[in-house]
Amino acid sequence: MTWEWDVIWKYFPRLLEGAWLTMELVLISGLIGIALAIPLSLMRASTRPWVKALPFAYIYFFRGTPLLVQIFLVYYGASQFEAVRESVFWPMLRQPYWCAIIAFSLNTAAYSAELFRSAIQAIPTGEIEAAEAMGMSKTIQIRRIILPRAFGIALPAYGNEVILMLKGSALASTITLLDLTGMARTIIARTYTPLEMFLAAGVVYLAISALIIALFRFMEYRFNRYQYYHHSDTPADLDPQLRDPHIDLK
Amino acid sequence: MDLQGFGHLLLSGTWITIQLALSSLLVGLVLGLTGAAAKLSKNRIARWLATGYTTLVRGLPELLLVLTIYFGGSQLLMWIAGGFGYTEYIEIGPFVAGVAALSIAFGAYATEVFRMAMMEIPKGQWESGLACGMSTPRTFFRIILPQVWRLAIPGLGNLFQVLLKDTALVSVVGLNDIMRQSQVAISSTKEPFTFFMVAAFIYLLLTAATTGFTMFMERLANPAARGNRG
Repeated sequence: MTWEWDVIWKYFPRLLEGAWLTMELVLISGLIGIALAIPLSLMRASTRPWVKALPFAYIYFFRGTPLLVQIFLVYYGASQFEAVRESVFWPMLRQPYWCAIIAFSLNTAAYSAELFRSAIQAIPTGEIEAAEAMGMSKTIQIRRIILPRAFGIALPAYGNEVILMLKGSALASTITLLDLTGMARTIIARTYTPLEMFLAAGVVYLAISALIIALFRFMEYRFNRYQYYHHSDTPADLDPQLRDPHIDLK
Repeated sequence: MDLQGFGHLLLSGTWITIQLALSSLLVGLVLGLTGAAAKLSKNRIARWLATGYTTLVRGLPELLLVLTIYFGGSQLLMWIAGGFGYTEYIEIGPFVAGVAALSIAFGAYATEVFRMAMMEIPKGQWESGLACGMSTPRTFFRIILPQVWRLAIPGLGNLFQVLLKDTALVSVVGLNDIMRQSQVAISSTKEPFTFFMVAAFIYLLLTAATTGFTMFMERLANPAARGNRG
């Protein structure tokens, strides 16, 4: 077996171009996914069966089928209908880029909605009751208490979802997009160095995952700061009247 | 349902998908158990290897694994075999490449599941097994593994669902699974939406069946909880 380092160096800039597209896909579909997931998770967390049914079916479908099927449904499937081909969306649905974004967004929305739902249900009841006792309306409760709290609770799990999305974004190469995997496959078709190029692509994927993990660690530290808060010890000679039993009890 | 005469084609694809998923599950479980044992062992090199394996594989796309093994695997195998003096051409088919890639991915996640489950088992279980005069492997297989199994089943069930959905990726390298067969059907009927939707519903059926089977296994592995029902 011959191992060609110079092929890797020669084509590395092209791979980075692909990596850029991969990150773009993950970022854009991640943002759209969150926007879709918030109303879905609020509906899913409802106690009324007719509100729950639609998001339940949506989440069940998108979590139960492979991402590849979903991408093909959008990219190849949409063209089956005359109405779609004549609609205003056709110029968008014709491009693999937008099809990939649509499929990834719908897919990640389903997974994140489920994460957000479990986060919403993990908020201590006392906090909701306290908000109610303050006289907050349901809308204000959602905006001020439920969403920020759920965001903090869901953050670590959402980091994992972003990593899974990064791995899923490799499927964009199946609909001719030149993302990191697609670029590696194109280069391999020209140079026939599969092991070298896939190894290089793998290293770039690992680097991007490490970046995402670091980003989420940082965000977790910022948003869940109360968990990392350490108060300074109360001095021993403090007036007993001023002591706070909750703080001394450590 | 006839599906314009392509029903049997999709059925044969479903059978291939099931075969692929079950073979990968089997190999993946072995890899996962080995990985967990290595991660919990006293040997530093074993721990280091297992950690490297899980970190690496969990950060790589499954599609990249499938492609690497399918297109680069024979090159790698021939190089290794060449070291032993074997110089014939070795070819890796899509099925073997699929099983290899999917079980490597499954094994990495299963390692974590098994490791967590093993850490849940109190040390006293080991000690009492040894006190009864059982050897370490016997204690492991008779006392520890059944309990690990019970704790690991929910996690493994989720992983198997992921595996089942990842089998679709192997169609990219030409395995005649559900995806590939629906593409064949589409190329002559020109109805992509219909056939990909049918494929989607076959996958939904398979994942639903997996959920049911996981729940059954959970009940089977937990006699204590069963007894409490009455």
